[in-house]
Amino acid sequence: MDNYTLTLHNLTKLFGRRLIFTDINAEFKSGSIYGFAGSNGSGKSTLAKIVAGVISPTKGKVIHTLNSKIINSDNLHEYLGFVSPYLILYDEFSAEENILHFLKIRGIDADKDKIDSLFNDFNLYDRRNDLLKGYSSGMKQRIKFIFALVHNPSLLVFDEPTSNLDSKGKDTVYKIVEEEAKSKLVILASNEESDLSLCYETVFVEKFNQQEKNKK
Amino acid sequence: MKSYSLFKKDWQSELRTRYAINALAMFILVTISVILFSIGQEKISKLLTGGLLWVVIFFSAMSGLARAFVSEEERGTTLTLHLIAKPSTIFTGKLLFNIVLVYLMNISIVILYSLLFESFSIENVGLFFLAGLFGSFGIAVSSTIIAAIISKASAKGTLYPVLAFPILLPLILILLELTKYSINGKTIAASFIELAFLVSYDVVMLTASYMLFDFIWKD
Repeated sequence: MDNYTLTLHNLTKLFGRRLIFTDINAEFKSGSIYGFAGSNGSGKSTLAKIVAGVISPTKGKVIHTLNSKIINSDNLHEYLGFVSPYLILYDEFSAEENILHFLKIRGIDADKDKIDSLFNDFNLYDRRNDLLKGYSSGMKQRIKFIFALVHNPSLLVFDEPTSNLDSKGKDTVYKIVEEEAKSKLVILASNEESDLSLCYETVFVEKFNQQEKNKK
Repeated sequence: MKSYSLFKKDWQSELRTRYAINALAMFILVTISVILFSIGQEKISKLLTGGLLWVVIFFSAMSGLARAFVSEEERGTTLTLHLIAKPSTIFTGKLLFNIVLVYLMNISIVILYSLLFESFSIENVGLFFLAGLFGSFGIAVSSTIIAAIISKASAKGTLYPVLAFPILLPLILILLELTKYSINGKTIAASFIELAFLVSYDVVMLTASYMLFDFIWKD
C-alpha cells in the first residue's frame, strides 16, 4: 500500500472580502476515509477544490506526499481522482470515448479489462457506446466515478458523491469507496448523513468560519 | 504525445460540434462577399487586394480562434482539463489545434481570394509562402494565449478583439509589407529584415505565452 499523506496547514480562503474558512490545520493518511461536512455554502466544495489543486487558497499550504516524497502541484492530477456534480465530461463523445481520451491525455495505456470492469461495476457497460448527451443525470454521475478511478489514483476526492444517484447507485458507490479506502486516501465532502457515516474522521468546515465570526 | 492526444480530442470534438469551423467558414464567406459587392465593377489595384486579404484573415481569426478555450469554459469542461493534464500540456494541445485551424483557414482564404479577385497575383510565391507560414503561426500563438485570458471574463466577445488588436498589430503590419513585396516580386534575400522580424515575433510570443500560461490557467 502506498503511503499517501495530505496536510492542510493554516488554510484560509476568502472570496473577495467574504471569509469562507480560516486556519484549517489537518492531516489525512491513506487507508482511511475522511469527511468534509457542513451546510450549504459552508465551503465544503471550496475546500475539496483546494485539496484537488483546482483553486488556490488565499493563505496557507496544502502538501501532498507519496511515500514521504512531496508531489509537485503540476503533477497532482496523476495521483488524484475527483468526482463532483459540477464536473462535466464531453457530451459529444460516448462514455467509453471520454474515458479513452482522458487516458491518452494522461499518457496511460488503456487497460480494456479494467475499463470494462469499471463500466460493469457502475452498471453502464451496455450503454458505454452511447453519447453522453443521451445520459440521465444519475448515469452522468456514475461515469464520473469511472473517470476518477480508471487511472488508479492514490487520492480520491469525492464532492457530494451520491447526488443524482438512486439507492442502488448509492450502494455501489459506498461499496467502492470502502474498497478503495483500504489502500487509498478517500475524502468525502458531503452533508448527507449516509455519506458521512463512512468517514473515520470529519472536518466541520463551518467551525472554521464561526471561530472568526466569534472573534469579531 | 499527451499534447497530441489533447489536440486529437479537440479535433474530434470540433468535427462533431463544429464550434469553430462553422464560425470561421461563415465569416470568410461573408467578408469576401461583402468586399466583392462593395467593389462592384471597379478595378482594384494589386496592392489593395493584398491589404484586404489580411483584413479578412485578421477578422476571421477573431471570430473562430477564441473557441479553443471559450468552448471549454462555456461547456463547463475546464475543470475536467485541470484534472487530467498539466498546464503545459493543455497550452501545447490547444496551440496545436489553433495552428491547424489557422493554416486551414488561411489556405481556404487564399484559394477563394485567388479565384474571386482577378487582380490578386503574387510574383514571388516563395516569399508569400514564407510570410503565410510564419504569419499564421504568429496568429495561432497570439490567439491561443488571448483566448486563455478572455475565457474567464464575462464579456468575452468584446474583450477578444480589444486584446488582440495591439498584440497582432505589429504582426499584421509586417505581413502587409511582406505581401506587398511578394506582389511586387521582391526577392526573399531583399526581404530578410521583415522575415527575421516575423520569426522573432513568433519566438517571443511563443516563449512569453508558454511562461504566462501557468498563471492564467491556475486560479
